Amino acid sequence: MNTPLKHSESGFAKLMYDRLFKDKEGVITFLILAVLLLVILPFTLSDFRLNLTGKYLCYAFVAIGLVMCWGHAGILSLGQGMFFGAGGYCMAMFLKLEASAPENTAIQTTPGIPDFMDWNQVTELPWFWELFKSLPMTICLIIVVPAVLAYVMSVFYFKGRVSGVVFAILTQSMVAAMWYFIVGNQGYFGGINGITDLRTILGWDIRNPESQRILYFVCVVLLLLTVLLSRYVLATRLGRVLVAQRDKETRVRFSGYNITSFKVFIFCLAAVISSIGGALFSLQVGFMSPNLIGIQPSIDMVIFTAVGGRESILGAVFGALLVNAARTGLSEAYPTLWVFLYGFAFIGIVLFLPKGLASIYQTYIRPRIFKSSNAQASPTEVTEASATFEQELPDAK
Amino acid sequence: MGEYTVQEIYSIVVMQSFSGVSLMCIYVLMGLGLYIVFGQMGVINMAHAEFLVLGSYTMCLFSQFVTESMPSLANYYIVLAIPLSFGVAFFVGYMVEWALISRLYKRPLDTLLATWGLSLVMQQCFRTFIGSRETSAVLPEWLLGAWYVTDSIAIPISGLVLMVLTAALTTGLVVYMTKTRMGLRMRATTQNREMTGALGINTKMTDRMSFGIACGISGIAGAFFTTMASTSPTAGSNYIVDSFLVLVVGGLGSLAGLFISGAFLALLSSILEFFMSGSIAKVFLYLIIFIVLTKFTKGLFSDKVRT
Repeated sequence: MNTPLKHSESGFAKLMYDRLFKDKEGVITFLILAVLLLVILPFTLSDFRLNLTGKYLCYAFVAIGLVMCWGHAGILSLGQGMFFGAGGYCMAMFLKLEASAPENTAIQTTPGIPDFMDWNQVTELPWFWELFKSLPMTICLIIVVPAVLAYVMSVFYFKGRVSGVVFAILTQSMVAAMWYFIVGNQGYFGGINGITDLRTILGWDIRNPESQRILYFVCVVLLLLTVLLSRYVLATRLGRVLVAQRDKETRVRFSGYNITSFKVFIFCLAAVISSIGGALFSLQVGFMSPNLIGIQPSIDMVIFTAVGGRESILGAVFGALLVNAARTGLSEAYPTLWVFLYGFAFIGIVLFLPKGLASIYQTYIRPRIFKSSNAQASPTEVTEASATFEQELPDAK
Repeated sequence: MGEYTVQEIYSIVVMQSFSGVSLMCIYVLMGLGLYIVFGQMGVINMAHAEFLVLGSYTMCLFSQFVTESMPSLANYYIVLAIPLSFGVAFFVGYMVEWALISRLYKRPLDTLLATWGLSLVMQQCFRTFIGSRETSAVLPEWLLGAWYVTDSIAIPISGLVLMVLTAALTTGLVVYMTKTRMGLRMRATTQNREMTGALGINTKMTDRMSFGIACGISGIAGAFFTTMASTSPTAGSNYIVDSFLVLVVGGLGSLAGLFISGAFLALLSSILEFFMSGSIAKVFLYLIIFIVLTKFTKGLFSDKVRT
């Protein structure tokens, strides 16, 4: 009686294991990341550095989103800052409302509204700020707002089969529009200064080292869950269709797949993940400003992903950590040299390591450690093989 | 309305449409270099705006040099400055193609990333070697004046020069592309690189020339932008979104489309800026473009379908 049930249970466990880790290597690499972030870094870094690491990890969320929509589905978005900002602003607005309770803002002309509204002669709370009075509502909005934005942005274009390049430029123009929108609405969103001076969440001070340490762990746990979620999504049939359409769109279309909905879904998912990163950013850093989400930061997010490896989820996490750490370390000491180095390093990676630092791992480190799994060709090798095959074919235009 | 005479309204209409056409010319000049690089060659040059700024800096530095060392020529240096900025931008573009772009023709989306790195490096070069302060060109007297067609209609000379320059550059480009041997090779190479190579045409050289010329044209455009705004190392960020959008709205690879979308954007942004503040007008401009492009995903005019 029990056997079939037990069998299906272990079948489910096996399925989950396959999708989340694929093999022993997947477990080990995931554990290395978890131990590094949960044990090694908290014990070796000072409070200040740990908070910085937490901030970099927020960008790792965006990088994971980009691995899914750019690396695996071939949708390059130069506008991820928009979704990062959507989450960041939702969280910042909630925290700002809490920080501007009437007793804290008694010196203002209108107590109880955020300080920048008071400076801009706004006398009552705008209707959309009312939504941010409750935490559950805010968390809902952190997920819903970017999803809706991403859906509206992508659905018409993917239906119209716009080319990847044009879509990239459009996402860039949209992030520019968002930047101008925030800067132009100083009374409602704080303008170029952003939303600053965030203090507490539900009465719990987020500024002292102790709570920043806790927020760091919240961030790491959410990041690890996101890694698992994205591994799961990419291992399902959906993930395979996405890779297939990246490499040969018409062929997948002719096989009867409605590519539009696949692309829209992955773009929305990437947007939501970026938005969660943005919300955690506001929490840990204590402010949000348009200059964190404009054109330049949005492309920086693409750079983190490219450096880490656009097809590797863990690579992207390490990419975000490495580039940001290098930026903080070098730009303090050598501001001029740093920009040259950043620019040239990026050019070099695009030219010589198109799959990022992850490809060093794939070619040199992995074969030595995991000899057994080498017998099977990995997915990247297959796509590489098909890419070289394609180059040999005459141009089909 | 009552206070204006027919004559005055007529003058206002003439002057407003003149400034509208000038704005269109600015959009066209921004997009012209990209039309070759992006529309024809399929390379997404994110450093395009930096080539505009390079032209601006050439103009600024040259004008300062002339006014300091040979003040007698100060009125006519522009005649030399425009070819000079073409030359400088051409040379840099030529080298960039050789070092960077030529390796990436098979991966168009990667040109976007690599040229973004290039634009960071170029911006930092401007900052380190020229200085991070805003500079502007010393303009000759005659360029700042106006031409009084009638008593009430004043046409700024710089606007006229802008139009003449746009017309000349576009005509030159069309003649180059359709009537000369080099232009023929360029069009052949962009259509099918392997086949053209098989026919014995040096495609590497052709690509390098095309990219250089496109950058040179951007250099001229940038040189002219100094008459309207000052130049700083990050001035390119004001151009980059607009110059790609004007091309995308027009439809890649269509010169007529570039002009029409230039006119469309000029009209739209003047109307919007009349009703609202600058930054909110930009938001609406981008949103309207976004909505228009959902309907015309290939641009308003496109003569070939790109996949």
